[in-house]
Amino acid sequence: MQELLDNLKELYALNGITLRNPSLAWAEVTPERLVGLLTQLRDAHGFTHLVLMTCVDWLEDGRFQVTYLLHNYTTRQDLGLHVYVGRTASELPSIHTLWEQGRVYQQELHEMFGIYFPGSPGLGEPMILESWDGPPPMRRDFDTRVYSEETYSHRQRTHHEPEQHMKDRLYPED
Amino acid sequence: MENLYPPIVDGKSVYDLDSQKYLKMWQGPQHPGVTGNMSLELDISGDQVVKCKAHVGYLHRGFEKLMERRRYINCFPIVCRICVPEPDTNEYLFAAAMEDLLGLDIPERAKWLRTLNLELSRLASFVMWLGGQSGAFGMGTVAQWCLAHRDYVLDLFEEWTGARIYHMYMTPGGVRGGLPEGWDAHAEKVLDGIYKLLDEIRHVMFNNAIFKQRAKGLGVITPDMFDRFGIVGPNVRGSGSTRDIRKDTPYLIYDQLDFEAVTEQGGDVYARAKVRWREVYQSIDLIRQILKNMPRKGPLHITLPNVLHLKVPAGETYVRAESTRGEYGYYMVSDGSEYPRKVTVRGPSYTHAMALLEHLAVGVNTADVAGLMVSLHTYPPEIER
Repeated sequence: MQELLDNLKELYALNGITLRNPSLAWAEVTPERLVGLLTQLRDAHGFTHLVLMTCVDWLEDGRFQVTYLLHNYTTRQDLGLHVYVGRTASELPSIHTLWEQGRVYQQELHEMFGIYFPGSPGLGEPMILESWDGPPPMRRDFDTRVYSEETYSHRQRTHHEPEQHMKDRLYPED
Repeated sequence: MENLYPPIVDGKSVYDLDSQKYLKMWQGPQHPGVTGNMSLELDISGDQVVKCKAHVGYLHRGFEKLMERRRYINCFPIVCRICVPEPDTNEYLFAAAMEDLLGLDIPERAKWLRTLNLELSRLASFVMWLGGQSGAFGMGTVAQWCLAHRDYVLDLFEEWTGARIYHMYMTPGGVRGGLPEGWDAHAEKVLDGIYKLLDEIRHVMFNNAIFKQRAKGLGVITPDMFDRFGIVGPNVRGSGSTRDIRKDTPYLIYDQLDFEAVTEQGGDVYARAKVRWREVYQSIDLIRQILKNMPRKGPLHITLPNVLHLKVPAGETYVRAESTRGEYGYYMVSDGSEYPRKVTVRGPSYTHAMALLEHLAVGVNTADVAGLMVSLHTYPPEIER
């Protein structure tokens, strides 16, 4: 794994290489070199399985970390690639041509974080949040409690002390 | 034969619904032929599907968002709810990801008990699936047998962990308790019953001429589709692959058990059903092996500091396990605080029920869509988390 990363480091300007264990490593790549690196890993190095694609919101740094996790079925190794993009007008290249399920992941990330993937089919269609008009809800600055308090009215409820209430109902004369 | 498929303009198929040649039909969200709460938007011509679009979102509870605002141990009762028929994989993976970040190693006996728990939940899920698959092809009797036998497995869980569906048994650091007295005998009785049931299923389902005729050649998955669609688990093993995480990257004590990955040739619905039917035999065998060899004495849990104020070191990890549907994984990111920064659940249904089903359903008879969908073994909560 270390050898592979050393070879790719120069070519794709990899940063922040971390070996968590012998079969799992993380590395950072720039958005411009992402598709090239993914294609090379898939076609030349046996990382054929896209395990998942997800996004971590580092609100305090003002950026999203999009993770692409690849698995090699021959060597049984996992390689996670991190791509950082700004939190406003964030845009990343689409990988739907490399893996069919990339389209679904990108649709979800667009809906939940507001990241734009130009060219990804069905990107603007709602996936989970039909008729949602709020901000992308998985962003860390979206507060679910505040949103519900602002959007939905409180149900009108009256509270009775059980003992007094039953007394009033059953024996109103007393 | 007349070309049923709509004309393609600018890379998109164009329908004229007014031509009365095509009909839009919704299968779901409330439909006996859909697994769980999702729906399929089918464009059909005659009896044939010309386009399928999967719609999810009926079951979105925002698990991943909820977990960002809860302490690690408070997340634990949430994760099992991501998959109702097989919640234990979620429990195990959440605990395993946490233990990996904390650098903990759990006692040997807890590993055996976790494996037993996982294998038993696989058994229950497979038995329920066999019922679902036969039900989707109109054999309701098998479905009722299977559900009854799954309930016997739930009885075992209840006796062991105190809960039938959500066991919350594999807590971070170990397991909650050992096996109660007399449990082995009860388990043996249930396993024996399922063993006999499998033979009946062979007669009624796999030797049934109608099932054979409908399931053979339906929804074929070819090896070139495995990685293109990210297909895992019994869905690839039905196409001749031997990929099985329990065998390839063993976790817990799977490396100490004697078993081989179950494979079938053909890649159609029939082959996938055969794989899962044989995997029930395998699960029964593995449970018997575990009960025979597991240590009966020893610690069940390591001592953790106050879990409500447990700070997990900054870092990120990914752990995986083989569920009944294939690779299930948890990606956990910690920023060093008491709350997880991000927990992403990688459910196998994410790819099977969306991109793959939309691809396989084209050209299928509308009556077979239900059988096809069940054969991929999908659970929608894994998609919308």
